[in-house]
Amino acid sequence: MNSVVLNESLSQASLLVIFASMLVFTAAFLVSGWHLSKAASKKVKEVKASSALERVGLSLAVIATLVLAAGVIMRGIAAARVPWSNLYEYSITGALILMMIFLISIRVPEVRILATFVVGFVLLVLGTAVSLFYVEVQSLMPALQSFWLVIHVLVALTATAFFSIAAALSTAYLLKTANWVEKAKTKGVANFKRVMGIFPKKETLEQLAYRFNIVGFILWSFTLIAGAIWAERAWHRYWGWDTKEVWTFIIWTIYAGYLHANATRGWTGKRAVWLGLVGFAAVVFNFTIVNMFFKGLHVYSGL
Amino acid sequence: MSLPQRYDAPDIGLTGWSRWIWRQLTSMKTALILLLLLAAAAVPGSIYPQRSADPNGVAQFFDNNPELAPVLDFFQLFDVYGSIWFSAIYILLFTSLVGCVLPRTKVHYDALRQEPVKTPTTLSRMPAYQKSTTPKGLDPVQVGTQILRGRGYRVIKRGNSISAEKGYMRETGNLVFHLSLVGVLIAVGVGGGYSFSGQRVLAEGDTFVNNLAGFDSLSPGLFFNPETLTPLSVTLDKFEVDYDFTNKTNIGAPLDFRATVTRKTSSEDPGETSVIQVNAPLDEPGASLYLTGHGYAPEITVRDANGDISYSGATIFLPQDNNMTSIGIIKVPDNQPEQIGIVAFFYPTAAELSTGAYTSMFPGIVNPLISMNVYTGDLGLDSGQSLNVYALDTERLTQVAGRDAPTPGIVLELGQTKDLPNGLGTVTFDGIKRFASLDIAHNPGQFWVLLFSLLALAGVIVGLITPRRRVWVKSTASGFEVAALSKREDPRIEEVVRELTQEIKKGSK
Repeated sequence: MNSVVLNESLSQASLLVIFASMLVFTAAFLVSGWHLSKAASKKVKEVKASSALERVGLSLAVIATLVLAAGVIMRGIAAARVPWSNLYEYSITGALILMMIFLISIRVPEVRILATFVVGFVLLVLGTAVSLFYVEVQSLMPALQSFWLVIHVLVALTATAFFSIAAALSTAYLLKTANWVEKAKTKGVANFKRVMGIFPKKETLEQLAYRFNIVGFILWSFTLIAGAIWAERAWHRYWGWDTKEVWTFIIWTIYAGYLHANATRGWTGKRAVWLGLVGFAAVVFNFTIVNMFFKGLHVYSGL
Repeated sequence: MSLPQRYDAPDIGLTGWSRWIWRQLTSMKTALILLLLLAAAAVPGSIYPQRSADPNGVAQFFDNNPELAPVLDFFQLFDVYGSIWFSAIYILLFTSLVGCVLPRTKVHYDALRQEPVKTPTTLSRMPAYQKSTTPKGLDPVQVGTQILRGRGYRVIKRGNSISAEKGYMRETGNLVFHLSLVGVLIAVGVGGGYSFSGQRVLAEGDTFVNNLAGFDSLSPGLFFNPETLTPLSVTLDKFEVDYDFTNKTNIGAPLDFRATVTRKTSSEDPGETSVIQVNAPLDEPGASLYLTGHGYAPEITVRDANGDISYSGATIFLPQDNNMTSIGIIKVPDNQPEQIGIVAFFYPTAAELSTGAYTSMFPGIVNPLISMNVYTGDLGLDSGQSLNVYALDTERLTQVAGRDAPTPGIVLELGQTKDLPNGLGTVTFDGIKRFASLDIAHNPGQFWVLLFSLLALAGVIVGLITPRRRVWVKSTASGFEVAALSKREDPRIEEVVRELTQEIKKGSK
């Protein structure tokens, strides 16, 4: 006879800790945004002072990530299993992994300036998770009781983290090179153009995005293979065009197209960057809409 | 008056055209567009139900959209992944892939056996370049050769310079990746042809025998031969479910399903006991058994007006909700004086609603109850047509007990016997068994699919991560020069030149 002990009060505490991390993330977001506006200032003094703001912003992001980590771990302990088995948990763990990858990546100095984008995105993910996806802590359904849950989902979330950072770089690239920004007809746009001016040059943004997407693609390929191995163990076939399998395939194919675009004359630059963002849009669609509304075998959102 | 003479453009003819088409098809741009088309073409399969994955969904779609459905069906939107248009895209894609990769394999094979290129005359034009003075008594060309060889470069000395290249694995990885994808496709196709998958529902005590008659349903591959089914019998000894009784927010959630089975490979085989669980199938040579569903199979006995047993045994009741309210159909064609059909509801933990109807509050057995509607009439079992055992066509029958009949429905507690109306006999609720739904499947290609997938993964990792670099070292009158070139963007290339210059100056390896 199997039994499980769920710790409901610890799970409530975990939710509070995650709210606390969102507060700190908000502070990190505001300070990083403030840094961008200062660094883009015309006054030399303000530009100099801005580097301190950048450090404060990143430190706040580190603290927020540690608090989030505590919240995620508490949720796992409360549920007596890995904290990724429904949409709420995918979101909080995914946000944590994204922040961890980002904080490791800032050893590349050009990535540092993305803090506002990435922290903003993480806030959005956490906000959606606590407001729309939240479910009480539950035991692991037999369909998910597998070693492959640990591997398959964890790697998928890590791939998503890499795709997200690449998407932030690609967005910066597109904002920097957009016609309406370059022409800067109004004062507001002119200010925005100055902000984009402190971002790395477009070639760097493009190349960095390419490298993050490469890692994401490799991890996504692994997700697909691990998923197929698990599908064979659980459903007797390694591939059956289940909706989630279809979307994993679509995402893989779009990013494969992106890699080809980067080696195809006439497709490098803006077109390839757009294609990368289409891939990311598919990732987001798969994570949200497909998880919540599409019929299929992957019915694990818990909603 | 004569017509102006016509000057025809040189006719490129059929060969010319095919060559042109082939060049277009195997170009990178075409591959890219086909990839994007393939991604787009896969989308409708996730929107509309597919016959392969969800046949009931397709039937339902036809019921709900009787006008739209045939149109969609005409465009094969319920069979997207086997459709002509989807197949056309991936066949073109793979043709393009092969046409591109095979010549590249040849080029790469030749390149592997060629010496690195000649040293360019003006190294300063290279994307990464550095010049330096030479410390006394040091031969930069010789030291450079040693250092670069130690780092896995292929080095050739040419007069006062060396030309070195490394990163051939980049193209090797690329080619392995693409060729492995062809392997995956072939393994999927061939493996699918020789595979089979089927379903069987077993109540506790029932035995599955691995032959055509043993399956409730079977989907064989194109080349599947039933004679290849291996001798195997599997008896479901017991099926256990653990439900959560303790955690308030989780009560009734299933924690574990266990099917204990005895497998035999011949009649002399004493048998071996094993447990099948979700995610843990029973693997036998030639067939694996997977646990995909479960439910209750109450044991019911019907005695007719003469007191003879007209029906007896465990009946599969299909679960309708999370608390395992289940519906079962009992057909008793041999009942005297009249055939009867019963639509029965099983509640493992019954509770009575204010309306008088019953519901189940918990999926485990706490307070089991069966309620029945009884029908009489011709069940149609003698017509020779095969009928769905899980459905009763009540339209041609007369309800004799139930909401629409003068006699209310029959309600039975475990162990109870009650009279059927109109002197039709009695019905007894003897006991409760559970049933397990098993998928039985075998795909001889899946090992190869996995192997080629992993090979592709290894290829793509090596191909994407290995930088391909050419490096030159040249001694000049005033010192020496180092330059490097990379095939793709290479963030480290300047660093490579800087480091190499430093190390040559140190004269060390």
